[in-house]
Amino acid sequence: MTHPEALLQVRDLRVDVAERHVLKSVSLAVPAGALLVLMGANGSGKSTLGLTLAGHPRYRVAGGSARFAGQDLLALSPEARARAGLFVSFQAPPEIPGVKNNLFIRTALNAVREARGETPLDAFDFLGDARAAATRLGLPEAMLGRPVNDGFSGGERKRNELLQLALLRPRLAVLDEVDSGMDVDGVRAVVQLVRALRAQGTAFIVVSHYLQLIESLAPDAVLWLDQGCIAETGGMALATEIARTGFVRAAEALEA
Amino acid sequence: MTVVEQAAPLVRALELPYRHGFVTDVESDALPPGLDADTVRAISLRKREPDFLLKWRLTAFERWSAMTPPAWGHLRIAPVDFQALIYYSAPKSMHAQQNGPQSLADVDPKLLETYEKLGVPLHERARLAGVAVDAVFDSVSVGTTFRERLAEVGVIFCSFSHAVQHHPALIERHLGTVVPPGDNFYAALNSAVFSDGSFVYIPAGVRCPMELSSYFRINARNTGQFERTLIIAESGSHVSYLEGCTAPQRDEHQLHAAVVELIAHDDAHIKYSTVQNWYPGDEQGRGGIYNFVTKRGLCAGTRSHIAWTQIETGSAITWKYPSVVLRGDESSGEFHSIAVTNHFQQADTGTKMIHLGRNTTSRIVSKGISAGHAHNSYRGLVRMAPTATGARNHTQCDSLLVGPDCGAHTYPYVDVARDDAVVEHEATTTRISEERLFYCQQRGIAPQEATALIVGGFCQAVLDELPMEFALEAKALLAVSLEGAVG
Repeated sequence: MTHPEALLQVRDLRVDVAERHVLKSVSLAVPAGALLVLMGANGSGKSTLGLTLAGHPRYRVAGGSARFAGQDLLALSPEARARAGLFVSFQAPPEIPGVKNNLFIRTALNAVREARGETPLDAFDFLGDARAAATRLGLPEAMLGRPVNDGFSGGERKRNELLQLALLRPRLAVLDEVDSGMDVDGVRAVVQLVRALRAQGTAFIVVSHYLQLIESLAPDAVLWLDQGCIAETGGMALATEIARTGFVRAAEALEA
Repeated sequence: MTVVEQAAPLVRALELPYRHGFVTDVESDALPPGLDADTVRAISLRKREPDFLLKWRLTAFERWSAMTPPAWGHLRIAPVDFQALIYYSAPKSMHAQQNGPQSLADVDPKLLETYEKLGVPLHERARLAGVAVDAVFDSVSVGTTFRERLAEVGVIFCSFSHAVQHHPALIERHLGTVVPPGDNFYAALNSAVFSDGSFVYIPAGVRCPMELSSYFRINARNTGQFERTLIIAESGSHVSYLEGCTAPQRDEHQLHAAVVELIAHDDAHIKYSTVQNWYPGDEQGRGGIYNFVTKRGLCAGTRSHIAWTQIETGSAITWKYPSVVLRGDESSGEFHSIAVTNHFQQADTGTKMIHLGRNTTSRIVSKGISAGHAHNSYRGLVRMAPTATGARNHTQCDSLLVGPDCGAHTYPYVDVARDDAVVEHEATTTRISEERLFYCQQRGIAPQEATALIVGGFCQAVLDELPMEFALEAKALLAVSLEGAVG
């Protein structure tokens, strides 16, 4: 039996940020359509992993490899990675003054659509899709006409990230604590969106500390990132254990 | 126009270098370098000017000789050797007959081709058929389109030289009434040696039926361009005028010192737009035009209105402050500006709103964009005179920084002699940071496209003020100017 290559295959990835070895050795595989949950203490390297995969210039790859959809991910520009189908949500997405949200998202979507060989959407068709998606996410329609993230609350910024996720329909989405700062309705919207996109084949790496969210997402695997290494891989039980005992106690339990 | 159509030329144009750097190979009739009273006489003689004008020039020259260049700008200017410059240069073909060519059909095809290359329509059935053009090449006007059609409604639109010959009384009455010869160093120099430019007269009650525009081209080496524009709008008239400027790519600096005077009588409206794209110098700051310009409008009449819109993307150094003197009661002035500096370009630009009349209002919107090692300063004066009952001003002054090595500076001067005056000033500074660009990239947008989006959004309010025919061109120009600033 042959194993088709996973959508994302990370091997021994080592990453430095300003002279600090943040990721010491990370290996993981995300099959197409799978959902992984990544847990870990603050500073363990969860966000670093996402931003490195996205190609952030301040995250320097010191070694290892990452293949995505059959390509050497690390050799691609950040926009080429996005066009190949990688979406990484921002914990604190920046505002872009003067650029209307709908123009920004449509420009992004048409860049991605072009890479997929699809025809560009005109303003009218786009707006129809964007309004429907915004309504499902509980984002007021007026946010589409405002400058990107400008004057948005924390929760609105997170919803705006989800709106882009919904419209861009990536092959792999890395959601970095997308539930933090969200109200109950917001968390429910996250679950619904993830389910809907998974049904269309999108894979996920979800970074979260929130057990209830993790449970509702029914992950295929739970990974524990500790001091820049994958300390343990398991199922929902690992998430429950970490939630019950905390990262330090869990580490002791592992060593025992 | 949809947002995509608006953004598209920006994106395409990002790939292009300075497009207008070519030289037209024509024989020139030029004065030798240097400047004294005889140079002034020689220019006046070549242009067969009436005596009053020669006297006016010589007085200006005397004033200039006693003046020194202004040093208050936030600018580093390599000294200009005024004796090394050529003050008059014209294509020989323009002097073939005593009067030069009688119509555009007689003009040297090489000159026409130059404007064709620049995308400036000099044939009247052109794409921009709603625009009349006066084309100025070095020191002379090559021709003016639609002159006859405009004359049918009484509008005079011609080169300044033509106006001196055919409407000397209008010139004598208005020349220097808004910008006096001794106003400042460069205005005095211009008054002494100005060679051509445009003249516009809109009779009372006439709404000018088409956009008027002048296109200024510097071609000859070591030559300064000193054009002079005068626009008179009689009571109740309306006119919209646009000027464009380009120059070849050369390693040495060239001086452009223009003067523009606008006069608006009762209920008259003048809208003056500039798309300035003089050669900006190369990436190391070699060469480029010194753009030292004095522009001023006089709202002479009640409820008169003057609006300046400028897109300044070119020139090594820009020093200009299009201003409005609000003398008529209830008159209003506007200044909308986008100034872009990249590489080693410098700009010190802004406006003066001088409120003299009652219930006068003014609005200033300034957008400065700095990239590379460039420095961009806004300098603006709002003066409320003791006579300006109920005067109001609103100033919005925004700076956009691209990259870590550039600078933006704001120098607002407010001089208020009345308690009831309302003067509002808002200012913002935004940076196209690595974080913002990366965010765009993560969503699939390339850095240059992201910059175009951000610049477009930043400038939208000013671009909306441009005549529609030129808004797209201006957007494309902005993108070209910022090429190499990111990515």
